[in-house]
Amino acid sequence: MERIPILKMGPFLLVTIQIDLYDRLALTLENDLINMVSQTGARGVLIDISAVSIVDSFMGRILGNIASMSRIMDAETVVVGMQPAVAITLVELGLTLQGVHTALNVEKGMELLNNKLGDNLEPDDEEEEDQDDRND
Amino acid sequence: MNTTAQVLEKNKDRILEKWMQNQMADPSLREDLMTNDELQHQSKEMLDGLLRAISKGNYDNIYETEFEQVTDTLRDISITRARQGFSPRETGSFVLSLKQALIEVLVEQRQNDTSTLYQEIMLLNTMLDNLSIVTFETFIKGREEVILRQTDEISEISTPVIRVWDGILALPIIGTLDSARTQIVMENLLQEIVNTGSNIAILDISGVPAVDSLVAQHLIKTVSATRLMGAECIISGIRAEIAQTIVHLGIDLSNIKTKATLASALQLAFSMTNLEVRRIDRNKTNKLLR
Repeated sequence: MERIPILKMGPFLLVTIQIDLYDRLALTLENDLINMVSQTGARGVLIDISAVSIVDSFMGRILGNIASMSRIMDAETVVVGMQPAVAITLVELGLTLQGVHTALNVEKGMELLNNKLGDNLEPDDEEEEDQDDRND
Repeated sequence: MNTTAQVLEKNKDRILEKWMQNQMADPSLREDLMTNDELQHQSKEMLDGLLRAISKGNYDNIYETEFEQVTDTLRDISITRARQGFSPRETGSFVLSLKQALIEVLVEQRQNDTSTLYQEIMLLNTMLDNLSIVTFETFIKGREEVILRQTDEISEISTPVIRVWDGILALPIIGTLDSARTQIVMENLLQEIVNTGSNIAILDISGVPAVDSLVAQHLIKTVSATRLMGAECIISGIRAEIAQTIVHLGIDLSNIKTKATLASALQLAFSMTNLEVRRIDRNKTNKLLR
């Protein structure tokens, strides 16, 4: 059976959807992805849908599901490279993908994930700095 | 005794002459838009077709096949005139002056036979009235096409996407936002975001005369679509009365960044992209140079 490859890049998982998703494939992807998140302890999931030209409400829901599930497992989801036509369709369907981060391309998506990760780490850094100050 | 068609056929040249005279005598004749030769040619073509059509004995139903050529010619003429900018009166008088010419000739020919004359005039009246209805239908259709084309042009012109800074797009919306327009605005904006790889889009609605719930819905849709593409959207140019309407209508814009002016929206965009605009202290630089 066809599967969509999930690549691990440092603390992130990268999924590039190159073909039009049909329902079974989308469900398999959702399943595989969540398993990968739990196995690798990934902090971010980046889904590139720049090659997807057709979406339906099901696909929109799957994206939303992946985001919510990843959030529970402490990973942020970024959807990148959405085509204008796809964006318009999703809006017309009333799916605004609340809770999913978006970026224009993979590069910007990675930057966004890095920032998110940085934000989470920052408080720790500040504490260390405070301690350093006190030592001085 | 000759039928009406035969009588008219025999006096074709005279009818044409009278018709041309009538058209020339009309004070509203537009010599600037059309030469007399052209008019003569059109009139002749029209009259030939008409006489051929009635030679079969059909005087009243102009939607039969015999009349196809006449109505086609007439449609061509009216649509050309509509495009050239003739007034309805000028276009209509083309057919109506033919009626006068036909009746004048018939009166000359049937001086002794008033009852036949009366019947013939009645028939011709109905036929030419129908033809003038066709003229007007086509004329108005021609004008509507012109209007539609202009509407398209306006909507195309009025949705420019401006690149105000590297990564910042601005889209001034002028005029009412309806569904069709929102679609165009949205498509243009999203396409431009892809083309330029911009992060921020500013929708300026200072040119929108009124915002009702429908317009607000369209704005929200555009903002959501922009967000899905991975860019941020700021709405600027909200005037006091528009703010009042939005609140009175109970529209929730709390998820959308809004600013009063394009300048403050641009400032917000700068701070979102970590840019800063500063005044250069010229005195300081001058001192340093010395």
